[in-house]
Amino acid sequence: MSAPSRPKGEYRSAQHEGTPMKHADPLLSVRALSHHFGGPRYAVRDADLDLFPGEVVAIVGESGSGKSTLLNCVAGRLAPTHGEVLYRSADDQLLDVHRLSERERRRLERTEWGFVQQNASDGLRMNVSAGANIGERLMGQGERHFGRLRAAATDWMTRVELNADRIDDSPRDFSGGMRQRLQIARNLVTRPRLVLMDEPTSGLDVSVQAKLLDLIRLLVARMHLSALIVTHDLGVARLLAHRTLVMREGRIVEQGLTDRVLDDPQHAYTQLLVSSVVAP
Amino acid sequence: MLHVESLSKHFTLHLRGGLELPVLKSVSLQVNAGECVALLGASGQGKSTLMKCLYGSYGADSGAIWLEAQNGRVDIAQATPQQMIALRRRDIAYVSQFLRAVPRVPALDVVAERWLQARPETDADTAQEQARDEARALFARLNLPSSLWELPPATFSGGEQQRVNIARGFIEPARLLLLDEPTASLDAANRRVVIELIREAREAGAAVVGIFHDEEVRDAVASRCVAVQ
Repeated sequence: MSAPSRPKGEYRSAQHEGTPMKHADPLLSVRALSHHFGGPRYAVRDADLDLFPGEVVAIVGESGSGKSTLLNCVAGRLAPTHGEVLYRSADDQLLDVHRLSERERRRLERTEWGFVQQNASDGLRMNVSAGANIGERLMGQGERHFGRLRAAATDWMTRVELNADRIDDSPRDFSGGMRQRLQIARNLVTRPRLVLMDEPTSGLDVSVQAKLLDLIRLLVARMHLSALIVTHDLGVARLLAHRTLVMREGRIVEQGLTDRVLDDPQHAYTQLLVSSVVAP
Repeated sequence: MLHVESLSKHFTLHLRGGLELPVLKSVSLQVNAGECVALLGASGQGKSTLMKCLYGSYGADSGAIWLEAQNGRVDIAQATPQQMIALRRRDIAYVSQFLRAVPRVPALDVVAERWLQARPETDADTAQEQARDEARALFARLNLPSSLWELPPATFSGGEQQRVNIARGFIEPARLLLLDEPTASLDAANRRVVIELIREAREAGAAVVGIFHDEEVRDAVASRCVAVQ
């Protein structure tokens, strides 16, 4: 078996003449990505990572490790100071995420990408109904038929185990766990190829977390999603991720198969992190 | 099927001032299809470590672990994470002593998942029931009370969790079957079921590597015994 190939060459324009995508090509490539917020200290330093189709990768680290900054750079929300983020689109174009036009980026954000925020209200329209939240991306794709929009919203509410009777309710009336489910439904309705999640279960009660993790696990597996999940919780990484990256002070210090990183950590910091977890 | 060549592994404990713990020193082993090799050695001699290297959970310092996988010969010691994930879907199965239970997933689905993962191209919804039927059949054989089947295994007894692990390991044939104390918490009747399952796997051509402290089981299933150090 040969190792998967890596993208080669210089990428100057946003659109790149890509070779036909072999199943071994990464969906997402981050190369030498660095970011600082204006000061001398780098929030992220020289990050390299590849995400392959159908893979779930966890980025773990403590507060200040740079994991959320990295995620936001990958999502195109934050322009990196150095380096690049390359995404292979559904029509097999290799795109430089930070050289896209605003219009093109928005299109991808509404169709091929999903972003689940830690705080669900940041990722929802709180002043429209649950159903409207789910239907928004479909409408963005041109769906106007009320019946179909409603059916899709009902279907997705059921999939994320929300009571479909609440389709016309405002998310303000939902609990934190329910809002998070709604956010997930809102993102997944257009079957994105890449889902980014920033601490998707933090701040929720333990039993709610467990149920949500279950749901994420199931959906990711069923829909063959590729996902990048930022979490400080090693248990979340073990449960959801094929591979895990460990960040410390802006750098990726270790990466590999999740069980290898957690059971046979090589880097001193990873060993410290793993030994610090209190098992119930 | 499996050819371990001069495999060495040590641990560096950074939290203990960089203390180096050598565990495996140039271990070699060959296991053919249909064979079952029982690893021998006192506790701490590296039996579980070797098993974990074979599964890719542990890295190796040097040496090779050649496996005749479905897609060709591969060195597990050099495999990428993506290759390991693929191998674990269809080629390698691991029955560990402990169940790391995913919260809230019913026992049937813990087992059915493996059957489904080996068939990623099938539609999960239609295949789900078939996978669960296969799991039910195994649970019945292992005398796991049906009242438990729809419950998450986190609250099960040791022996019940063990049987969920076993079912998960045997539901889908593998070319390399790794068994770490598969009968530790089982009564005599269930030990016999496991012996049968191992025999069937060998007949189907699997290469089996196991740690069996129970001598009755070891004598019944092992074609050879190998001391790790």
